[in-house]
Amino acid sequence: MLRLFPVVTLAVFLAPVAAGMVATALPAFGYLPALGGHQVGGAPWQRLLATPGFWTSVHLTVQSGLLATLLALAIVIGFCSAMHNTRLFRRAQVILSPLLATPHVAVAIGLAFLIAPAGWASRLVSPGLTGWQRPPDLAIVHDAGGLSFVLGLLLKEVPYLMFMTLSALNQIRSGETLVAARSLGYPPAAAWLKTVLPQIYPQIRLPVYAVLAFSMSVVDVAVVLAPTNPPPLSTLVFRMFTDRDLAVVFPACAGACLQLLLVVAMLGVWRAGELGFPMLTRRWLTAGGTHKTGAGLRAMWTAVMATMVALSILGTLSLAVWSFTQTWFYPRALPAAWTLSHWERHAADLAGPGGTTLATGLAAALLAMVLSLGCLQNERVNGLGSAARALWLLYTPLLVPQIAFLFGAQMLLVRMGLDGTWIALIWSHLLFVFPYVFLSLADPWRSFDLRYRNSALALTGSPLRTFLRIELPLMGRPALFALAIGFAVSVGQYLPTIFAGGGRFTTLTVEAVTLSSGSDARVTGIYALVQAGLPLLAYMLAIAYPAWRYRHRKGMG
Amino acid sequence: MDHLRTVPPRGLLLTRVRIVLNGIELIPETSLAVRPGEVVTIMGPSGSGKSSLLAYLCGTLDRAFQATGEIWVNGIDVTRLPIEERQIGILFQDDLLFPHMTVGENLLFAIPRAVRSRRERRELMRQALAEADLAGYEERDPATLSGGQRARVALMRTLLARPRAVLLDEPFSKLDEDLQTTIRQFVFGHVHAQELPTLLVTHAAEDAQAAGGPVLRVGRPAAGPPVEPFAAARSALSRIRPAAKPRHP
Repeated sequence: MLRLFPVVTLAVFLAPVAAGMVATALPAFGYLPALGGHQVGGAPWQRLLATPGFWTSVHLTVQSGLLATLLALAIVIGFCSAMHNTRLFRRAQVILSPLLATPHVAVAIGLAFLIAPAGWASRLVSPGLTGWQRPPDLAIVHDAGGLSFVLGLLLKEVPYLMFMTLSALNQIRSGETLVAARSLGYPPAAAWLKTVLPQIYPQIRLPVYAVLAFSMSVVDVAVVLAPTNPPPLSTLVFRMFTDRDLAVVFPACAGACLQLLLVVAMLGVWRAGELGFPMLTRRWLTAGGTHKTGAGLRAMWTAVMATMVALSILGTLSLAVWSFTQTWFYPRALPAAWTLSHWERHAADLAGPGGTTLATGLAAALLAMVLSLGCLQNERVNGLGSAARALWLLYTPLLVPQIAFLFGAQMLLVRMGLDGTWIALIWSHLLFVFPYVFLSLADPWRSFDLRYRNSALALTGSPLRTFLRIELPLMGRPALFALAIGFAVSVGQYLPTIFAGGGRFTTLTVEAVTLSSGSDARVTGIYALVQAGLPLLAYMLAIAYPAWRYRHRKGMG
Repeated sequence: MDHLRTVPPRGLLLTRVRIVLNGIELIPETSLAVRPGEVVTIMGPSGSGKSSLLAYLCGTLDRAFQATGEIWVNGIDVTRLPIEERQIGILFQDDLLFPHMTVGENLLFAIPRAVRSRRERRELMRQALAEADLAGYEERDPATLSGGQRARVALMRTLLARPRAVLLDEPFSKLDEDLQTTIRQFVFGHVHAQELPTLLVTHAAEDAQAAGGPVLRVGRPAAGPPVEPFAAARSALSRIRPAAKPRHP
């Protein structure tokens, strides 16, 4: 029975993704009989290339993707190298986990509220510092260079990479390595960069690739923050897919294929950089230590990291402030009058999307948990070594741009009569939820003391009872945390909800993205805040429940 | 002992070092002088506080400990200096060769920046390899070396950083028994030849015996009869001097 789990998991995952890619690629060359496409040829590509602003879109995608990834990595590496031996660093995990829980869209909308010309940031310094009596006429959000888009991506990617780095640090003996390097005359920052970083980079490589692929292909954050005319390629393609003119589907599919090719090409460029970097830095690596201390560096990286955290928190806070605002004249720092009326008016409307979000999130997280536990338990019982190769397979849904296979997958769902059903919706979320649930559960599960299992087996004689009564409860804390992560990932999904849901399901994320292009900051604030609140609540429960349940069990601490 | 108070002595000097954790005295007030080329052994069972003492000397003692007393290296008070400025070489239980560098790069890494020319750096690295009987190994991956070879590279790396004193943290305990004798000779031979004051921390009586210097016991006495020469023990006792704080010019 257990042996089936890896097989089923792969079938649920990779097969539909691959099939979806093929079903997207065929219309890109004109083949889609359902819409009258029988002539195979390059016409869709010609139409794609003729789209106004096409090359600007491509340029924007490559530029913002690379910039966001490089900056996120630089901030994480800079912060770790300068701060690894401080108390703040040891608390980083705790400070960053709420940021990790907040969905991308909520962070992006919060940032937009904060940095817009009439946003909180401008109000806080006006008219005192700026002299502005009315909001300045600046394109800060949706700026043509895509900088606010990059900043919005950074707010989520820095905590994510930071988390991955922290867990990689636990896997090497970084403490001893550092003492060895420092005793040879290297100050802490140089010692970290030269001896710890090269050892942990291989372990954060896949997360870095995921960040690059995500930055290049995300749609929801781009709708909120990126330039609109023309938008990044992913958003351009998404608009074409949702065009009323069904013939536009053909060039849209070509665009989806191009999106995939661009991501693959940039991953190749990144890989080449990874290979070239050690060669370029070889001399610097062994050039000998200097006795300089880096107090300035410390201050700088702390400031950069603090800015990231502050932007995230203030952004979320400004969502809350707007949702209670009755009147708020520029440039006052706070609303002149507060009200509960927006919440009262929209409470009923929230219930529908809120319920869909909750149900989908719980179902996807629980299914992902069952599949993960099955795979991990199979690994334990049947003694298969932890599959390092399988890690690549796990990351596949995170590396392939969503837009490159979701349309094709939707076509297949239509064929099976499943489009717009709960099954389709939950499956599409599961694709992205499963990798995170599995990854967060795998390390604690694999480090479980097998003697508990063996003695329980001897006592009960039943593998199932041992699993349910001993193994699962002892792993309760990481399991609940993995559930919370899975739930948070599901809450954040935008494209899968739209495509697989066939337009029949509205989640908080879909609502928030739609509202963000409108003008009512109060309603947008409500939806984005609830969207951010659900995952946070899940995280809090995942931490609080085991603490309460085992409050009289010191050994479970 | 009088000269200690007047002339800054060469060597490693601990004055009135005392380490306390949660009100429990791990290391009672200890003063100790290690002359250049001499190996003083600190022996004690695990948990006896000898690793805390070592951490204090390295500058890596956890903040939870309260440690007092000074550490002097060749007449310089290094107590408040960070590890990288103490110029104390450390040889660990594990060789800690950096896995992402070649054997040669591991050695080059240790050569101070003051040696600027690339040619000179390489020359020093090759000399060190030759001294360790590993000529021609510079491009090798440290992971492909035998335990004894790795131990020798680790010592050469420590020495290339031009330390003024050396701490040995049970560096032989993880080696095969037949290797231990040769590596001990290799290590002690080098610290003698370079006239480095050396502190050896160990729980193995064989190490103390081979070191040939005074032995200082910390913590509760280990089970079994003392193995080290009686004279060495007496000599160590004579070094535990009462409060004598050297004046620094």
